[in-house]
Amino acid sequence: MFSFYDISNSIHQWLSSQMGSTAVMLIEMAIVGVLAISLFAFLGLLLVYMERKVAAFMQLRLGPNRVGWKGTLQTLADTIKLLFKEGFSPDASDKFLFNFAPILVIVVAMLLLAPIPFAKGFQIYDINIGVFYISAVSSIGVIGILMAGWSSNNKYSLLGAMRSGAQIVSYELSAGLSLVVIVAFSGSMSLTQIVQSQADGWWIFKGHIPAMIAFVIFIIAGTAELNRAPFDFAEAESELTAGFHTEYTGMRFAMFFLAEYINMFIMAAVGATLFLGGWMPLHFGNLSGFNHIMDFIPHIVWFMGKTFFLIFVLMWFRWTFPRLRIDQLLTLEWKYLMPISLFNLLLVALVVIKGWHF
Amino acid sequence: MELEQPAISDTGDFTINMGPQHPSTHGVLHLKVTLNGETIKNVEPHLGYIHRSIEKMSEASTYRNFIYLTSRMDYLSAHMNNQACAMVVEKGLQLEIPPRAKVIRMLMSELTRLASHQLWWGALGLDLGAITPYFLGFRDREEILDIFEETCGARLTMNYNVPGGLMYDIHPNFVGKVKTFLKNFEDHLPEYKQLLTGNIIFEERTKGVGILTPEDALSFGCTGAVARGSGISCDVRKWNPYDGYETVQFEEPMETGCDCYSRYVVRIREMEESVKIIEQLIDNIPEGEFQAKTKVVLKVPKGEYYTRVETARGELGVYLVSDGSSNPYRIKYRSPGFSNLAALNTMAKGNKIGDLVAIMATLDLVIPDIDR
Amino acid sequence: MTNEDLKSLITQHVSEAVFEEGQFLNAIVDGSKAFSLLKSIRENPETEFDYLFCQSGVDWKEFFYVVYHLSSKKHKHTLVIKAKITDRVNPRIESVAGIWKTAEMNELEIFDLFGIKFNNHPNLRRLFLDDTWGFPLRKDYTDDVNIVSL
Repeated sequence: MFSFYDISNSIHQWLSSQMGSTAVMLIEMAIVGVLAISLFAFLGLLLVYMERKVAAFMQLRLGPNRVGWKGTLQTLADTIKLLFKEGFSPDASDKFLFNFAPILVIVVAMLLLAPIPFAKGFQIYDINIGVFYISAVSSIGVIGILMAGWSSNNKYSLLGAMRSGAQIVSYELSAGLSLVVIVAFSGSMSLTQIVQSQADGWWIFKGHIPAMIAFVIFIIAGTAELNRAPFDFAEAESELTAGFHTEYTGMRFAMFFLAEYINMFIMAAVGATLFLGGWMPLHFGNLSGFNHIMDFIPHIVWFMGKTFFLIFVLMWFRWTFPRLRIDQLLTLEWKYLMPISLFNLLLVALVVIKGWHF
Repeated sequence: MELEQPAISDTGDFTINMGPQHPSTHGVLHLKVTLNGETIKNVEPHLGYIHRSIEKMSEASTYRNFIYLTSRMDYLSAHMNNQACAMVVEKGLQLEIPPRAKVIRMLMSELTRLASHQLWWGALGLDLGAITPYFLGFRDREEILDIFEETCGARLTMNYNVPGGLMYDIHPNFVGKVKTFLKNFEDHLPEYKQLLTGNIIFEERTKGVGILTPEDALSFGCTGAVARGSGISCDVRKWNPYDGYETVQFEEPMETGCDCYSRYVVRIREMEESVKIIEQLIDNIPEGEFQAKTKVVLKVPKGEYYTRVETARGELGVYLVSDGSSNPYRIKYRSPGFSNLAALNTMAKGNKIGDLVAIMATLDLVIPDIDR
Repeated sequence: MTNEDLKSLITQHVSEAVFEEGQFLNAIVDGSKAFSLLKSIRENPETEFDYLFCQSGVDWKEFFYVVYHLSSKKHKHTLVIKAKITDRVNPRIESVAGIWKTAEMNELEIFDLFGIKFNNHPNLRRLFLDDTWGFPLRKDYTDDVNIVSL
């Protein structure tokens, strides 16, 4: 059957037969780099288009429908427009930080792509501390936002950046703790092994109530980490005009924009991998006939299907809920989500030790 | 770059300028907000970005013409503004307008109020970060504007009132279309409640925020939903009925929460009351003239006249001083938005920036109404 | 209170007050005496004018009026006080912003458009126009550029 594993393996073997191991590694790195960047660009275009269509669907509108078939080329046209726009920077801004911030944000988003298993054996870097890597690297992104807000020399930007700092630092705890729940269940931090451990059922089904609670908390905390509505404090259009990227124009702005969507994809991908089985098809214990039929659907379809379902949920949130207030946001985290997460962790420890999960 | 004065004072206060170009000031309101972190210390409105001195322009135009300027004040309740002006001239001339004109004026006023509140509801959602309500509000508002367009030829600045009645008779489709609208709107009103009223985030954002005590509300001269949200009865249609409002049955919605949520609930209930009024009137439009006979050149006798109407934002008063000529000697518009804006500082102090936006949204400010 | 009662009450305070009966009861008093009268009728429990629903200026060429439209939510009576200011060069009157908070903004507007200064106003500034502009609602205001007379 069609499999990414075979393709990547055969390329590796062919290259190895042609040249030395160092050269193979360099060429493979180049290929992966090109693939990652193209995936990036493609995802950016696709997700922006999807967001606009989902928003239109919820708001009784048509959405983009002029450029290309059903408006599919609209985001491409927008990108070209942004490319040609003037890269303006305020007079009193700190030029180095101002220019560096969008690059940092986008590099962080790119780094996060590394440990995600897209399909069986199709993964950039199968690191054995994948979960830890993700929670560590994703927290660097906030530094880029803080840099952007501070260097703009604009009070709205500064307020947005400071909000974002407070928000991401707090919500990382809940997000991290909900990831730990799955680590405890599967006994591994490697994303590949976490996916393998779900071969007989996804953790959201196998893990009883603790996994459900962890999933809900992960979705809430993840939305907050992404700075998306109802937690879009860093931008908070109606309060801070555009928050930390008020002063950004052209391609620099587009980088923030792109990074937001890539982060959304990664967050959904991590959620899908940990809770919904990643590329693993839907399997139920002993129903071998059913399981066999499910195996016919390619892994990549399973993975993308779950990821895009979660992305749709995130968009649904954004277009339905009003925004919280900053103090309410912190109250929600420190007084509700955090204690629940900690208690949930205890519960999971009990479940795992007693072996109550399937 | 050397700054002339420190951006942040010793106490940690700093000033940001909200507006005149800001997504949530709904126009060109300029607020000088003194903040300490996220907490508001002081709000000072600076006006004049859309000041056209309509009062001065009115002094140069005739009694027939000055009415049209008032559509540009509170453009969301243009019909009621026109009505107040037409009424003050009628009062001066001691004109009695035909019953048909009265009923149509009431119908149009209530439709305008509904349209205005629908826009407000959408904009409130937008200010609080929910974008979908805006489109749902506009869906229903569009139907009303279509009805206006058919009868008056204009969708926003209708100019349908003239001294002595109405400019034209209603369009033959008017009654049918209003009935269709009412049926649709009754289906849609539960959606309004679903999206915002029952939403926990919305309630968290509005309950207990922007407290305006009844004493303050009266002292600031607040009217409309702002005062009624603080438990002050101030509906002009109730205690000083004009143009036949004494003949219809409706309630004056009141809440005692004094916060943003109360003002929100008052407006939602006002919509229901408006629907009730329209339902009572739509089948009972009397036959007859739509305009009383007037002279070509109107000359209001020397004296002073004051009329008021309940617009979507509160009490609009028109104070006319006449010297007996064909132009008004002095016109003063007591606009509801101006008084309501004055209360903003009191309500916002000590709250967060996010609350300031919520408070402004529930004040339902229309800037041309404030600047005039 | 009926209009007659109000009349006698005002005459007690300001003996030379002139009354006009129109739509509402009008009382014309001198600008210097307006403040104490307004304060007393606000605080008097029998009148209790707690709602200043309109405050405006009128330019009658020789003098200004500052017109206070007052009503009471409790007693449901209405009264119009007109404070007369004869000094056109430097018109001044006491601010009532301490009595009715709405006056703070309304007085800013009157100052901006008529040039009537309000003593003891918390923050008297030009609200709409810039500091170099004249006072457009005065009848002798001329502007060759911006005014188009009909």
